[in-house]
Amino acid sequence: MATVSEPQTGDRSNPARWLVVAIPYIWLLLFFAVPFLIILKISFSDTAISIPPYTPVFEGFGAIGDYLSQLDFENYLFLTDDPLYFQAYISSLRIALISTFLLLLIGYPMALAMARAPSSIRPTLVMLVILPFWTSFLIRVYAWIGILKPDGLLTLLLQTIGLMGPDDQVQIFRTDYAVFIGIVYSYLPFMVLPLYAALEKMDNTLLEAASDLGCPPWKAFWKITFPLSLPGVIAGSMICFIPITGEFVIPDLLGGADTLMIGKTLWTEFFSNRDWPLASAVAVVLLLMLVVPIAIFQNQQKKVA
Amino acid sequence: MAKSLGPVKRKFSPWTDPSAVPFIRFENVTKRFGTFTAVNDLTLDIYEREFFSLLGPSGCGKTTLMRMLAGFEEPTSGRILLQGKDISGVPPYRRPTNMMFQSYALFPHMSVEKNIAFGLEQDNLPKGEISARVEEMLKLVKLDQFAKRKPAQLSGGQRQRVALARSLAKRPKVLLLDEPLGALDKKLREETQFELMDIQHTLGLTFLIVTHDQEEAMTVSDRIAVMDKGIIMQVATPAEIYEAPSSRYVADFIGDINILEGTISKTEAALGAPGAIHIDSDGIAVKVEQECQAVQGDKVAFAVRPEKVRISPEQPADTSVNAVYGEVWDIGYLGDFSVFLVRTADGRIVRAAQANVSRLVDRPITFGDMVWLTWSADAGLVLTR
Repeated sequence: MATVSEPQTGDRSNPARWLVVAIPYIWLLLFFAVPFLIILKISFSDTAISIPPYTPVFEGFGAIGDYLSQLDFENYLFLTDDPLYFQAYISSLRIALISTFLLLLIGYPMALAMARAPSSIRPTLVMLVILPFWTSFLIRVYAWIGILKPDGLLTLLLQTIGLMGPDDQVQIFRTDYAVFIGIVYSYLPFMVLPLYAALEKMDNTLLEAASDLGCPPWKAFWKITFPLSLPGVIAGSMICFIPITGEFVIPDLLGGADTLMIGKTLWTEFFSNRDWPLASAVAVVLLLMLVVPIAIFQNQQKKVA
Repeated sequence: MAKSLGPVKRKFSPWTDPSAVPFIRFENVTKRFGTFTAVNDLTLDIYEREFFSLLGPSGCGKTTLMRMLAGFEEPTSGRILLQGKDISGVPPYRRPTNMMFQSYALFPHMSVEKNIAFGLEQDNLPKGEISARVEEMLKLVKLDQFAKRKPAQLSGGQRQRVALARSLAKRPKVLLLDEPLGALDKKLREETQFELMDIQHTLGLTFLIVTHDQEEAMTVSDRIAVMDKGIIMQVATPAEIYEAPSSRYVADFIGDINILEGTISKTEAALGAPGAIHIDSDGIAVKVEQECQAVQGDKVAFAVRPEKVRISPEQPADTSVNAVYGEVWDIGYLGDFSVFLVRTADGRIVRAAQANVSRLVDRPITFGDMVWLTWSADAGLVLTR
């Protein structure tokens, strides 16, 4: 038998190998762990009128003992004092939950239709789903203002086709409805693509087998197609739910004064109130809240693999 | 362990009884996909309790024919009758047929027992009855201990059994088997063939099997339909197909055969009566005792199976007919048989098979030997098509 030079699988001393492995870890360390630790640190300090606007809690390694003794949970305690924060968290979770459900409701039929389409046009359909990314996210949200505002395109359209009198106007802009429209629109590709990936690889003979065994198509959907697409449903839902919870731009541009979302609260604390320590505490709590769904997501991904 | 040897072959030949009513009838069925004609004006009767094979190369239309019976495809024209009733337009989930898929198509998210119960649950049978039937099916295919496993945790052979159990659970009037044993190794395949026959006999069902494996078709079937390019070339019992193929195509498709093209030089009987036919095939004189379907001067083919050709280094007494002299060109040693490829002076190859009855490792006939091939007048047959 001809011997091919074997790959050096056991060579752990190769520096190139270490470099390849290390790059993602270095990346995470620099751009996730370090910033998070900075935020965490700020969240334990007090507001001050200075630049940066907080008292340093950590000065050199010699002051570690000092630092620990000064650690205070004042900012976190304040979050429980004012019901505003609690309501903002709950409202964010509610909006994220409803939006994810709506996304699933709209995205699933789209993904299913794409997966069942003739294989020759599938790449085109995937392309169409990705196409909006070619325009800036911010511009697309601004475009929705033009559509939804009282004298916007939607009002004009409804007046033109006669569904609305010439003096009536659509009162959606600056309400939660506009926020839902904006979120569902912006996140739809993130829902459709994982669903499509799960549905596309499904074996069609399974549905033939179900039909052959006496199961009509609509029932076969719930018995076969849906359970087998669950990994896609969970992936899509998590990819949407997690960032929607912290969403700032969409509620800020489309939502009203009473649209309460934690992203907006965070912004206000940082930039309007200049209370960086409190804002950092808000961010840390948000992250802790989202760790749970992220853990579920990770666990599911592991099961699939 | 005592192995089941399958049922004793019963006397069963409803197709010879003119009063028998066919269970399934394909009536002038045509199926086109775009410009491609998969099944072309095909008429075929299958009887109750028959084990019927559709045999042919890939693309011959056999799978399409089966899928039309299952309801996955509708005929472009023609009718399919099941127990005398036209079933066109009836969706697959209302047809009394069940199919065992080539890929098995087991539901990956369900356990073995859930897979088997699936069809029964669709009929809204009471829970107790379902579990009893599932248990019975698991016993039938000897998978009792694997009831709780998922398909991914089973071997190929076990998955095949689950697929069989699932398709049998509803006691379909007709069980359709699409290349059911294709993914199994030879030993397991042979065992399963006998088990299939056993099950078919025990349950008294009609089986329609699609296969491209002629040995499989020969083993399990009551009758075989040999198909090519959307039409049926011959429908007959395995023995008839093998011993009396109706055309060069069937003769060549089933088993190994020598075909000598030639012209009828003389017939000793009237058309349709038995008698001797003399054929001249480029210098090889052939005499066949057969009912004659051709006349002098007709271009025909003489076909003879290698195992009916004797091979000998000694010159036979009569070399005027049914004798070929040549050089041993190649030898295929198959263990039980050896196949000798003998090359005549004009370069034609004639095959002879010989059972290896002794345990000699050095065979008396070897490469380059000059040998005589002979056969009797009733060994071969004349093919006009």
